Amino acid sequence: MSYITAENLVKIYGQGEAAVTALRGVSFGLESGDFISIMGESGSGKSTMLSIMGALNTPSSGRFLVEDIDVYTLKQEQRADFRREFVGFIFQSFNLIPYLTVVENVMLPLTTLSIKSSKKRVLALDALSRVGLSKKADRLPSQISGGEQERVAIARAIVNQPPMLLADEPTGNLDSKTGAEIMDLLRQLNDQGMTVIMVTHNLECARYARRLLRMTDGMMHEEDPVNLIAQAECLTGQVGVALKVAGGAA
Amino acid sequence: MTLKDIAFKNLRRRKAKAGFILAGILIGVATMVTLISLIQAMTHDINHKLEKYGANILIVPKTESLSLTYGGLAVGGVSFEMQEIQEKDLARIKTIKNAANVAAVGPMVLGVIEVAGHRVLLAGIDFQAAKILKPWWKVQGSNPGDTGILLGMDAARVLNLKPGSPLKVNNRALTVSGILESTGSQDDQLVFTRLDTAQAIFGKQGRISMAEVAALCNACPIDDMVQQISGILPGAKVMAIQQVVKSRMETLQHFLKFSYAVSIIVLLVGGLMVLVSMMGSVRERTGEIGIWRAIGFRRSHVIRIVLLEAGTISALAGIFGYLIGLGATKIAVKFLSQGDVLVPFDPQLAAGAFALAVLIGLASSIYPAMLAARLDPNEALRSI
Ligand SMILES: Nc1ncnc2c1ncn2[C@@H]1O[C@H](COP(=O)(O)OP(=O)(O)OP(=O)(O)O)[C@@H](O)[C@H]1O
Ligand SMILES: [Mg+2]
Repeated sequence: MSYITAENLVKIYGQGEAAVTALRGVSFGLESGDFISIMGESGSGKSTMLSIMGALNTPSSGRFLVEDIDVYTLKQEQRADFRREFVGFIFQSFNLIPYLTVVENVMLPLTTLSIKSSKKRVLALDALSRVGLSKKADRLPSQISGGEQERVAIARAIVNQPPMLLADEPTGNLDSKTGAEIMDLLRQLNDQGMTVIMVTHNLECARYARRLLRMTDGMMHEEDPVNLIAQAECLTGQVGVALKVAGGAA
Repeated sequence: MTLKDIAFKNLRRRKAKAGFILAGILIGVATMVTLISLIQAMTHDINHKLEKYGANILIVPKTESLSLTYGGLAVGGVSFEMQEIQEKDLARIKTIKNAANVAAVGPMVLGVIEVAGHRVLLAGIDFQAAKILKPWWKVQGSNPGDTGILLGMDAARVLNLKPGSPLKVNNRALTVSGILESTGSQDDQLVFTRLDTAQAIFGKQGRISMAEVAALCNACPIDDMVQQISGILPGAKVMAIQQVVKSRMETLQHFLKFSYAVSIIVLLVGGLMVLVSMMGSVRERTGEIGIWRAIGFRRSHVIRIVLLEAGTISALAGIFGYLIGLGATKIAVKFLSQGDVLVPFDPQLAAGAFALAVLIGLASSIYPAMLAARLDPNEALRSI
């Protein structure tokens, strides 16, 4: 059995006339230490899939398991504990709390733990140094750049060292150079053993992943990297990019 | 970094909103404290002044005949069956259960004398007790000694006597020692001597016609004391004069009830203000709550943050509301009464105001807190 298992996940939003089926029976298995990139058109169900994997969104049917824990059989409060222990979230909009400083934002996941405040600060500063932001620990989110905010969000996601890192279009709001820095950072974290699952539209980004999944209209299937080459050529007209993608995925 | 830190930092960021909630509770608490402590101060004041109302219990002989006076007009007839009271029996009043509340006992012997062809009522009294029993008395000249006599204003006018004038009563030479300034009561028409002098004049040594008693507090049970005195003086009839004081206390009691009603309304409105602002603040912070939940905060953690914020504000509102209420009382007291009425520090009221503020703040935040905790984390995140 895989480290992470999705079994026939179905998600239907709303009821009756207004019902929208976002997932139509998704199954897959992921191993610990994987770096997955989920691609697909807008509205294909990528964010829905990610939120289900993050124990945030109850599926209409099907099971989702991590380390043999059937996540959606857990009670509300236990599912919150699961999120704290297993999941680090990185969102497209950086989701920092505006009235807390950088280091306080990073400390948030530790807030409810019964460890000393000074120890929490040490852990947060350590996470910040891993994303290269130790110097700006005491600024407010409004006083740093977008790329830096994203890095703070990553520091917050890794501060309590969860096994899974979930990122929904982490580079969506960043320029390509800053985006590449963020991707390097995720790659590093993956090298250190973290399972990274990332949603992206960006082929440049997708090439950082070890494995590619594509969502089409609520269904998930494995993506052959060869297809990416063709698409990349189509999108950019540059063979070089396509080769890079193929190399990255191999 | 704890939940408390998050709550405090949020409060500091949203000062205007926090101030609004604070004001809602503060006004309620201050109103309540002002009204209640004003009444307390006035009650205290009345208790204090009660002595100045003089006698409030009368002891008169039991009589078998019915009164023949009406509206001050005597139609004649004297009750001969009167059992007279022995002066020494009055000492037993000191042994009653509520003896501590007895401020003064004033024996009095009454009789008619003739002065220069006028029939006058002579009262023999204890001038020491009279100071407490009739605190409004003002004497021109001085209180009489062994052979002195004090004249009521009208009596002095009719008899045409001045301080120092000599007069003869039943062959006894007396001197006018002073004149009682007009009291507006029957006392104006009487003449007064010391009890023993009067007893000697009437040949009633050791006996008295009646006695007045001043009992000291408003709360002490006058009716009980009347019963107790009746018990030790079986031959006498004991009556309470429940006058002004009682009605004033009743007015205050009504005012107290009214104050409670007003306080409850103002506090309810304050609670409603808290409810509405907290609901708004939860709605405003939907995205933030989504982040907390995604990060692994439990529902109970979210509730705790909201209640911590509400509790902090209302605790502050309780403290400042009490202080402002106390200040307002001090100012109000200055306008309402000329004398210096003391506004006492009442720890019970202070604690009550504080507790009530926190209670109202928390009670009206429970629903918004639940609302915050119930937010679907996924939806909340989408709202960003
Ligand atoms: N909370 C929701 N309520 C109703 N419908 C929803 C909700 N979330 C998503 N949907 C619908 O489900 C479908 C999948 O949405 P989802 O956000 O998962 O797509 P996506 O692949 O992430 O798209 P994008 O690339 O634009 O972010 C869409 O049709 C969307 O309108
Ligand atoms: Mg999406």
